[in-house]
Amino acid sequence: MTDLLLRNGRIMDPANGLDGPGDILVRNGRIEAVGHGIPAPDGCLLVDVTGRWVTPGLVDLHVHLREPGEEYKETIASGTRAAAAGGFTAVAAMPNTLPPNDSAAVTRFILERARDAGNARVHPVAAITKGRAGKELSEFDDLLRAGAAAFSDDGSPVRDAGLMRIALEYARGLDALIISHAEEPALSEGGCVNEGRISTLLGLKGIPWAAEDIAVFRDVALAELTGARLHVAHVSTRGAVEIIRRAKGRGARVSAETAPHYFSLTEEAVLGFDTRAKMNPPLRTEEDRQAIIEGLTDGTLDVIATDHAPHSSLEKDVEFPLAANGIIGLETAFPLSLALVRAGRLDPADLVRLLSTTPAQILGIPGGALRPGDRADIAVFDPERPFEVTPENLFSASHNTPFLGTTLTGRAVLTLVGGRIVHNLLGTGGRTESP
Amino acid sequence: MNRLSSRHVLGIEHMTVRDVELVLDTADALKNILDRPIKKVPPLRGRSVVHLFFEPSTRTRLSFELAAKRLSADTVSVTAAASSVVKGESLLDTALNIEAMRPDIIVLRHPLSGAPHFLARHVNAPVINAGDGANEHPSQALLDLFTVRERFGRITGLRIAIIGDISHSRVAHSDIRAFDKMGAEVTVCGPGTMIPPYVDALGAKSVRSVEEALDGADVVMVLRIQKERQGGCLVPSVREYAHLYGITRDRLRLAGPDVVLMHPGPVNQGVELAPDVFNDSRSVILDQVTNGVAVRMALLSLLIISDTNREGDGT
Ligand SMILES: [Zn+2]
Repeated sequence: MTDLLLRNGRIMDPANGLDGPGDILVRNGRIEAVGHGIPAPDGCLLVDVTGRWVTPGLVDLHVHLREPGEEYKETIASGTRAAAAGGFTAVAAMPNTLPPNDSAAVTRFILERARDAGNARVHPVAAITKGRAGKELSEFDDLLRAGAAAFSDDGSPVRDAGLMRIALEYARGLDALIISHAEEPALSEGGCVNEGRISTLLGLKGIPWAAEDIAVFRDVALAELTGARLHVAHVSTRGAVEIIRRAKGRGARVSAETAPHYFSLTEEAVLGFDTRAKMNPPLRTEEDRQAIIEGLTDGTLDVIATDHAPHSSLEKDVEFPLAANGIIGLETAFPLSLALVRAGRLDPADLVRLLSTTPAQILGIPGGALRPGDRADIAVFDPERPFEVTPENLFSASHNTPFLGTTLTGRAVLTLVGGRIVHNLLGTGGRTESP
Repeated sequence: MNRLSSRHVLGIEHMTVRDVELVLDTADALKNILDRPIKKVPPLRGRSVVHLFFEPSTRTRLSFELAAKRLSADTVSVTAAASSVVKGESLLDTALNIEAMRPDIIVLRHPLSGAPHFLARHVNAPVINAGDGANEHPSQALLDLFTVRERFGRITGLRIAIIGDISHSRVAHSDIRAFDKMGAEVTVCGPGTMIPPYVDALGAKSVRSVEEALDGADVVMVLRIQKERQGGCLVPSVREYAHLYGITRDRLRLAGPDVVLMHPGPVNQGVELAPDVFNDSRSVILDQVTNGVAVRMALLSLLIISDTNREGDGT
C-alpha cells in the first residue's frame, strides 16, 4: 500500500476540535500525523488538496444494499462503490434482504461480500425478529458475534409493543443498539403520500404524521422503561422531533437520525404522481421540514443518514400507489447537507459531526475522527464542485432519485478506506515525489 | 382556435377555463345529433378508440362507447375481467401492447389514482381519464357542468352543495374543481370521516350540517354512499347516515327555489336520497346521463381535432 500525504487541506475533525489548514500523512493504512508542513517521506504519494475539506470518512447509519436477493437493484459491491463516491467509508446495512439478515450465516455472507468488494466498510444490522415477521426474537448474541452492529426490523415496525419491550430489555443485557422504524401500521396502511393537502389533491391515501409520532413516542417510552439504547430511524415529522427533544431532556438513551430528503424536499415533490419522490415515511410539509432542520441545529437529531433505497424501473415505473418506497441517497447526501451550511443553518463542523463523528459513536465503530493511530478512513470534498446527477455520474446500480437531472454543489473527490484509495476524482492531482 | 390546451384529458385540474368552455360549447352543438333519428356523424370515421376498463362500470363505459360510435369511430372495449391484469401483466405492458396497435384515443378507467397520468407518459395516443381511484373523473364533472349550464344558462355565481363521501369520490374531486374553476361557490358536507383534509385546496368550503350546506343552494349534488363503508369503516350504519345526511323533500326546501338535484349514479335510494326525491321534478339525474354522451362526444372529437392539427404542425 502506497503511503500518502494530503497536503494543505481544510482539516475538519470536530471530535478533536480541528478546523483549519493542514496536512495528513497516511502510512500503512493508518493516520500517522496530522499537522502543518509535514515532510513527505520517500515514495509517498503527494496529494494537493488545497481548498478541499478533509474529513473523517462519512458513516451512514441507514442503507439498503439489496444483497442477498435483489442484486438487480444493487449489490454490496455497487452500493459500497456508491458509498465511496459519496465520501462514506462505512455503512450500516439494513436487514430487509432476501433472505432477511436474521442469522449469523447471512451476516457473515454480507461481511464477506463487503470485504471482497473493498469499497467501504459494511456493518450489518440484523433483524430484531426472525424473518422480520414480528413474532419471535432473532438470536442477538449469535448475530453480534458474527459481526452484527445493531438490530432493526427496518422496512417494517415491530408492531407488538410487548415484543418491542422484550427486544429492548434483551438488547440492554448485551449492550446492543435497537434501531426503530417508527410507524403505526393501523394508521399508515395503504397510504402512499403524506396525509394532507397533496393527498387530497391527488386522491391518494395519506400517511398522517400521527402514524410516526405515536410510534416514536411508544419506542421512546419503552427505551426509558427498559433503560435500553434506542436509535430512531428516518425522523420526518415535527412531532417526532419534539418527542425526541423532550426524551433527551429527561436523559433518555435515545438518538435519532433524519435523511437529506426530509430537509431538502416537501410533499409537493410527488405532484404529477412522481414515483421518484415516493418513500416511507413520506415527504412531509414545509413546517415539518423546518422542524427537521431545527432538530439538526439544536442537536435533537444526532445523525444524517441516507436511507439509501435502490429500486429499478420495475418497481418505480408503475402506477403511483404500486410503486416501491425509497430513493437512493449515498451520492447526494453530502451536497444536500452542504446546502444547509450554505443556508447558514449548520456549521461545517456540525455537518461532519452529523455525517461522521456521531454515527460512528452510535454504532460503536472506529472512525469519525482524524487522530494519529486511527485507521485512515478519510474523505476529501470539493465543496464548490458541481455534481450533475445523471445515470452516468451515479455509481449506484439504481437511479431512483428525485434529484436526477438536477445539478448539486459539492462532491467527494477522494475517499480512503484503511489508507486505500477507493474513490478518486482528482485525476492527475497526486504525484509521487522522491526527494 | 378550437383545440384543447392538452393532448390528454387527465383531470379538470389540468384544464383551463377556455378548455372547459370549448368542451361545453362543442357538446352543445353535438347534443342535437342525439335527437335525430340517425344518430351518427362522421368526424371519427376510420379512427379507433380503445376503452380500457380496469374496474367495473356499466354507465361510464356505455356512455363513452356510444359517444365514440356516434362519431363513427371503431371501438374496442377491454374490461378487467377479460383483460390480462388478472394474469399479472402490468399496466405498462398492456399499454405498450395496445399502443402497438395504433389506437387514436385510449379511454382509461382504473382503480388507482394517477394511472391515466402514468399511461399518458408511456403512449402516444391521447388518453382520457374515465375515472382514476379517488382522484378525478373529468368527463363526469364536465357533463355536470353542462347539465347545470343548460338549466341556469350560466355557472358563475351559482351555489353548489355536494353531499356525501368527498374523500373517496373522484366525482367530488372533479366536480369541486370544475365548478370552482367556472366561478361557482362550492360547499361540501358529509361525516368527518368522509371530508378530506385541506378540502379548500380543491376549491370547496366544508360545513358541518347538511342544512347549512343546502341553505340557498342552486345545485345539490348527492354522492353515492357505498354500503361497504358502514360498520367499522367510515360510518356506523347507513341508517345513521341517511338520518344525518340523506336528502329528503323537507331538507330540499332549504335550497333555492330553482334548485336542481344531481347524482352521478347509481343511486342508493333510501340512503343518500329519499325515494320521493329521486322522482322529483327537480331531479336532473337522467338528463345527466343523456348529456354524458354529448360531452364525451365533444371530448373525443376535440382530442382528434387537436391531435390532427398537431400532426399537421409538425410537417
Ligand atoms: Zn425504515
